[in-house]
Amino acid sequence: MEKMQQVVGRARAAFNSGRCRSLEFRLQQLKALERMVQEKEKEILAAIKADLHKCGHNAYSHELLGVLGELALAMDKLPSWAAPQPVKKNLLTMRDEAYICPEPLGVVLIIGAWNYPFVLVMQPLIGAIAAGNAVVVKPSEISENTARLVADLLPQYLDRELYPVVTGGVPETTELLTQRFDHILYTGNSAVGKIVMAAAAKHLTPVTLELGGKSPCYIDKDCDLAVACRRITWGKYMNCGQTCIAPDYILCDPSIQSKVVENIKAALQEFYGEDVKSSPDYERIINKRHFKRIVGLLEGQKIAHGGQTDEASCFIAPTILTDVSPESKVMEEEIFGPVLPILTVKSVDEAIEFINRREKPLALYVFSNNKKLIKRVISQTSSGGVTGNDVIMHFFLSTLPFGGVGNSGMGAYHGKHSFETFSHRRACLIKDLKMEGTNKLRYPPSSQKKVDWAKFFLLKRFNKGRMGLAILALLGIVAAVVIKVSFT
Amino acid sequence: QPSFEAYFTEILLCKNELNGTLNNLSHWMKDEHVDKNLVTQLDSAFIRKDPYGVVLIIAPWNYPIHLFLVPLIGAIAAGNCVVVKPSETTKNSERLVAEMLSCYLDNDCFAVVTASVQETTRLLENKFDYIFFTGTPSVGRIIMTAAAKHLTPVTLELGGKNPCYVSDTCDVQNVAQRVAWGRFFNAGQTCIAPDYILCSVEMQEKLMPALREAITEFFGSNPRESPDFGRIVGDKQFRRVRALLCSGRVAIGGQTDEKERYIAPTVLADVLPSDPAMQEEIFGPILPIVVVANMDEAIDFINARPRPLAIYAFSCDSKVVNQVLERTSSGGFCGNDTLMHVTLTSLPFGGIGSSGLGKYHGKFTFDTFSHHRGCLHRNMGLEALNALRYPPYTQQKLGLLTATFEIKRKGMCTLL
Repeated sequence: MEKMQQVVGRARAAFNSGRCRSLEFRLQQLKALERMVQEKEKEILAAIKADLHKCGHNAYSHELLGVLGELALAMDKLPSWAAPQPVKKNLLTMRDEAYICPEPLGVVLIIGAWNYPFVLVMQPLIGAIAAGNAVVVKPSEISENTARLVADLLPQYLDRELYPVVTGGVPETTELLTQRFDHILYTGNSAVGKIVMAAAAKHLTPVTLELGGKSPCYIDKDCDLAVACRRITWGKYMNCGQTCIAPDYILCDPSIQSKVVENIKAALQEFYGEDVKSSPDYERIINKRHFKRIVGLLEGQKIAHGGQTDEASCFIAPTILTDVSPESKVMEEEIFGPVLPILTVKSVDEAIEFINRREKPLALYVFSNNKKLIKRVISQTSSGGVTGNDVIMHFFLSTLPFGGVGNSGMGAYHGKHSFETFSHRRACLIKDLKMEGTNKLRYPPSSQKKVDWAKFFLLKRFNKGRMGLAILALLGIVAAVVIKVSFT
Repeated sequence: QPSFEAYFTEILLCKNELNGTLNNLSHWMKDEHVDKNLVTQLDSAFIRKDPYGVVLIIAPWNYPIHLFLVPLIGAIAAGNCVVVKPSETTKNSERLVAEMLSCYLDNDCFAVVTASVQETTRLLENKFDYIFFTGTPSVGRIIMTAAAKHLTPVTLELGGKNPCYVSDTCDVQNVAQRVAWGRFFNAGQTCIAPDYILCSVEMQEKLMPALREAITEFFGSNPRESPDFGRIVGDKQFRRVRALLCSGRVAIGGQTDEKERYIAPTVLADVLPSDPAMQEEIFGPILPIVVVANMDEAIDFINARPRPLAIYAFSCDSKVVNQVLERTSSGGFCGNDTLMHVTLTSLPFGGIGSSGLGKYHGKFTFDTFSHHRGCLHRNMGLEALNALRYPPYTQQKLGLLTATFEIKRKGMCTLL
């Protein structure tokens, strides 16, 4: 399809024109995005509601709040993020300028996901614009209302050539991926992540893959179960379980399993009332395909709570499964739905072993009053990120890098990490064209004397604590003169 | 490789990296505490540096020790187990690495695999947690494609044609020495060597005698007899580089000897963009000069081509150097010298576009091989504060939530 080539080509030409490089331009675009979110709030919330049956408050706090926060941060910090950073020099480069210069990469592709359709496209976009790139945005076609809205709104507020929106499904995305980009950020599942990376490999394009996995949640016997379960309930059932960092399954001692179930039930009552289906705060499954997939996971399981479904409205009640076997279907794939399996383990060591036998997850959760135990679980496992004694919350702190490891992804973003992901940190060394004296020791013909001088200059640590800068500078000049004299 | 060069790159620079790592490791490994927002004020928020697991390091033949050892230092520092695959082209180094490492390092954690191209392809079918590759862009693509099957992150240190712009206002003798040194080091087999010169026709005239003088000073009147001038690594590479000689006109050098794999330090004048020497990374002791009218033309020339690993610009006028820096893109940049930016370990070393992905040296190597894990350790108490986020949702809750999450902007009005 010619269209993709044209869109990307136009973005590249626009990037090459240089207009998106100035800080003023970037700030202007970010400010326009901020205006868009504020002016079109109603439309955005309506689109998210149409896609996920998400109430306005939820949509605002899950999606818009984060976007506004990132925008404010980027606009505030951009001048300092984009400034060249001087680096520590050695004796040889003492008189030179050495710094790292953050530069835009070029044309960035952002492929969004359907579960948080607005924020998962906007947050990377903010970072990419802040870093001075042109950006092609491809929202998920599954959340079609938000995709259509994004395609409508962005051209109204942003430079149309630099930040085009491409809509479509698998064929359009496949075509898009044949084009050359300078970075691709993809949010979605591991299977497609592999396809994206393989396509990127053809052009040696760096990628950030925000994937998923089964995020384990270990509940220790020594913890306030009421508090722990309330927090877990919130994180598990928000967005009807369709959150990449939702606690996927629980690991706990068999003696507390029933108490856990009781506490979660109590929290569910608190949140959604007697009749969950009529609560305005409970979402729906995105489409029939996922609905059927999740219902299939319930087969043969012991349902301790919930289990009601309604295909017509893609409703699945908040469900808890107990005494789940590690080999069952519900433990094979990321659930991405309001079904919470509980598996029993006899000790924290068994829990750690269980977690380590599986693919590295995007998030890991551990609840305990014992700080040492939490530290141990963290240090003996690997995951994209961790929240101890709560769930989800590490996502909201933008100073923490958000990303996966192993099967759950590669690279990270949020806050300054977004800026760094979408920038090239160019090493710059500017020397003097004069002062050739010190260079003589590196030129052929070689000699033992030269080797000794080289060792002196390179291996001596430049320790400002022990010698004054002035003395070192003097040493350097004396050395240069001595070398000039001995080698001419 | 001449022994001084070998000592400099394979021993000295590596020792530097080792010292830097040993001195700083405990500091690098520490959990990095981060600024918190209002909601997380009472929590512990930090970035943990976790090892990835099993790392694969594939090294090339041009600096066979340095290019596996420096990544290895970082991989070990970050707590990984490592499989090293040295280049099969430099058989002596390959054998040495295999023997050496097993004597000094834990044999289970650190292994050396000697493999041909086909065997390396099979090696890549295994799942690694990180792959670090130094070599050509075409093989880089193959590595990344193989890595994609396992979602393995990669660092690719590749190459390209590193342009070297020489402006009309410069100290010709110094330029000639610095460029000649960078070009002919290791007989030109350096990924960051200045690949070709861009300058005006007048500067080409002035540079020629200066380059001739520098070459004579370095290698004597017959470089073939100098112990300080290297040879091409293999017959295949020799023939490839020799074929590039029919570009422009041979102004200095040009002599070759197939038996010794010797190619004299050569400067080609009036080279055209369509000539063979301008079609691929030279990786040999040949320095083509391409004439351009002025700096703007040089910058356009550079920007019309794939982004290189390094760009060099020489001028007594710092504005010229800065213009070239600002209007181009490359892995790294060195003004008024060649190669030296990679000896400063506080600068990241890596490419962009087809010259590579990722970076290393100094702390950057440690960071490359560690997973930066965002950790938030919350308080079990103070549950009341969390009430704002729980359903049922009310307008009031939302108002309070907005107030706690929103990041205030300071003094932005004046800028906009």
